[in-house]
Amino acid sequence: MDEPVLRVRGITKRFPGVLANDHIDLELRRGEVLAMLGENGAGKSTLMNIIYGLYTQDEGEIYINGRQVEIRNPEDAIRCGIGMVHQHFMLVPVLTVAENLMLGMEHVRGYFFLDKERTIREIEALSKQYGLEVDPRATVEDLPVGAQQRAEIIKVLYRGAEILILDEPTAVLTPQEADDLFMVVRSLTEQGKSIIFITHKLREVMEIADRIVVLRGGKLVGTTTPAETSRAELANMMVGREVLLQVEKEPAAPGEMVLAVRDLRVLDDREHPAVNGVTLEVRAGEVLGVAGVQGNGQRELVEALTGLRKVTGGQVQLLGHDTTHAAPRQVIEIGTAHVPEDRHKHGLVLAYPVEDDLVLCTYYLPPFTRSFNLQPYAIETNAVNLVDAFDIRTPTVATPASSLSGGNQQKVIVAREFSRNVKLLIAAQPTRGIDVGSIEFIHKNIIAQRDAGVAVLLVSAELDEIMALSDRIAVIYKGEIIDTVPAETATREQLGLLMAGVHEAEAGD
Amino acid sequence: MLDANFFTALLSLSLVKATPLVLGAMSGILCERSGIINIGIEGMMLMSAFAGFLGAVFSDSLWVGVLVGVLTGAVMGAFLALLSIRYKVDQIIGGTVINLLAVGITSYFAVIIIDNQSLSGIGVLPIIQIPLLADIPVIGPILFRNQPITFMMLILVFVLHVALFYTPWGLRTRAVGEHPRAADTVGIRVNRMRYLDTTLGGMMAGLAGAFITLESVGSFESGVMTNGRGFIALAVMVSGNWRPINALIIAYIFGVSDALGVRLQLGDVNQLATLLIVAGLGMLIGGALWALTKYLGRRDENKVPVTQIALAVAGLVMVLAPAIVEIPETNIPFQFLGLPPYILTIIIVAGLVGNVRPPAAEGKVYEKQ
Repeated sequence: MDEPVLRVRGITKRFPGVLANDHIDLELRRGEVLAMLGENGAGKSTLMNIIYGLYTQDEGEIYINGRQVEIRNPEDAIRCGIGMVHQHFMLVPVLTVAENLMLGMEHVRGYFFLDKERTIREIEALSKQYGLEVDPRATVEDLPVGAQQRAEIIKVLYRGAEILILDEPTAVLTPQEADDLFMVVRSLTEQGKSIIFITHKLREVMEIADRIVVLRGGKLVGTTTPAETSRAELANMMVGREVLLQVEKEPAAPGEMVLAVRDLRVLDDREHPAVNGVTLEVRAGEVLGVAGVQGNGQRELVEALTGLRKVTGGQVQLLGHDTTHAAPRQVIEIGTAHVPEDRHKHGLVLAYPVEDDLVLCTYYLPPFTRSFNLQPYAIETNAVNLVDAFDIRTPTVATPASSLSGGNQQKVIVAREFSRNVKLLIAAQPTRGIDVGSIEFIHKNIIAQRDAGVAVLLVSAELDEIMALSDRIAVIYKGEIIDTVPAETATREQLGLLMAGVHEAEAGD
Repeated sequence: MLDANFFTALLSLSLVKATPLVLGAMSGILCERSGIINIGIEGMMLMSAFAGFLGAVFSDSLWVGVLVGVLTGAVMGAFLALLSIRYKVDQIIGGTVINLLAVGITSYFAVIIIDNQSLSGIGVLPIIQIPLLADIPVIGPILFRNQPITFMMLILVFVLHVALFYTPWGLRTRAVGEHPRAADTVGIRVNRMRYLDTTLGGMMAGLAGAFITLESVGSFESGVMTNGRGFIALAVMVSGNWRPINALIIAYIFGVSDALGVRLQLGDVNQLATLLIVAGLGMLIGGALWALTKYLGRRDENKVPVTQIALAVAGLVMVLAPAIVEIPETNIPFQFLGLPPYILTIIIVAGLVGNVRPPAAEGKVYEKQ
């Protein structure tokens, strides 16, 4: 018996103006991990959403165990044994794990009442069978991300899934948590489940996949196995041209002190301490990388440094000015560039044309404003120059930023921030969710800024990015810098442990 | 005279005053737990009060009137759902539309139908006594000797609480209001749930409206029927953290202050002394309970809930004061005596709102990707 558990043939999906999937053929065999690789916009999500019934294909057929099926909605998919672990977990935060799992297929006793105990027993059985440890009585929002993900996987298994689609499952995990996840994936495949593993991280693909398919521009451009390929080759297949995975850079030449932070304390939105006494320094001409799992105070740290969040203790010195309680505009005028973590919320006014987004920090200064009037011609000229210099792909400079791709939106921000004469660059997750080509471009520009004598504070949850760009690496854990190490001697394992809050001294015994 | 009978009567009247607030708050809870903001409770109550009154007059049956009121509420709820889901109208605007519409329609038709034909009401729903239970001192007359909609309200609070937290329907309703996409991916029809719950919510407001004309007042006069109680009900819902039993407790506090205002206007008791005793009792009971929950839930072994104990002690002093010192007779103008519920709204909302948490997805239209 060698019938594939899932086979799709000639899947095509058109959106207005875009061919998202172009005659894709794919098969998934029993008990294998099929890695699906591709940039944002390559059509991975569209294909998975079709298989999971969230979209309907324009053409093509889906076969489960050799039998053609029609999948019109997620219930159909669940009935066919397909389960999806979404990148943004589909769990209700205020409910318990058990309540989340029973949702939509509740056991009832006494005609009306939820039978929670029965569900809990079933979850515990599944939990044991697959080595997925999770407390069914815990409230989801109190659990760490890794545990939430295990809950999400159990939820899918609980619904009888034989085929699991994992959508960028490691994006939110520490390296150690990712290792745990890989063990779970292996335990699942050993017990006969089949897995589609969507990712853009090449390292993971090489480690976990039995077979690899690569999508580009809506087409399937290659099928291979880890043994037959290399990371460089996969990157080239994804992008369609040669890509430099390594950023080339000279050793840093640190100069004068630009940013000095002493014992900084900041609260988060819920008024809980988020930054607990951070002390760090960044000198001209060096990149200080701040590594850490998301949600360990990075966002609050960056917002405090850029004047967007109130500081409750400590001191910030920027080029000799005390900017502890400075307003954002003062911070900018002293010479800070800020690439914010959430480009849609804080980086751009999405409804504005690109040309206006490019002068958000300088619109009030000449040549963009004279007396009381904005100068449209100067704004447009500026935009035309920057679009050219930073290779922003946009139909015109009057196009709203919302209609650009993620990578090009990020380039708009980078162009705006890097084109000013700055002394300090604060970049938070500068390449999150954008394509490999744009990542390469932005990385090159960050290094160029460094070489021009700018102090760079790089905050990123991507360990590869931190290691590629930084001269020194500070690891943040629960709002504290628990260690700072030189980049050339740092290893993934060492940083991974630090990110999980374990000091080497403790880990040694 | 300030004796046990006075307080029994006061607390009994308080429950009556709380009834439309609780029903209104449950209307809001049903809608908002599923994700639809309902600020149109006031309008729904008004329409139902009017329609229920007409229903009763034309059919010559109070119960038919109640039914008409509830059905009117259902229609109003369905209308809000239609605006919010089908036509994607901003839900605050949708609620405002209902409030304005209700004022316009009822005052216009009140002139045409009621005034022009000099229609008069047919009385109010009778008081029902539960045998034996009604004879228990203090509690008996308060809980077991009431008019039917007040009884229904008490039962509905517990039914809704159990339904919301212990049945599949409740679990789905909460999921839809918190994270509709998660509900959708496990096969729950998000918008169908919202239509259902918002319509049920409308029925609660309908019952509140029927209470006003058919159980409390007995007639319909445009402009003075709901008196902002739909909005106080919103405050009750928010302060009660979208939980029916909490809403009952908070509405009852409003009821006490409202009843106190009514009672003091009669002028047969020492106003200042009564105010002191009632406010003191509230502080004593509230402070004690609050201190107890703090003490039981404390993380730090040595921490004593000082503020809460001080509150309770201050309350005790206020209760005992009239017995120890002579409190002078005063004559507070009756306009001021009507103020307490509104002042209390401001205080409770200002004090509690930071600590409550609305359903995460409320007010947002759910669309498939």
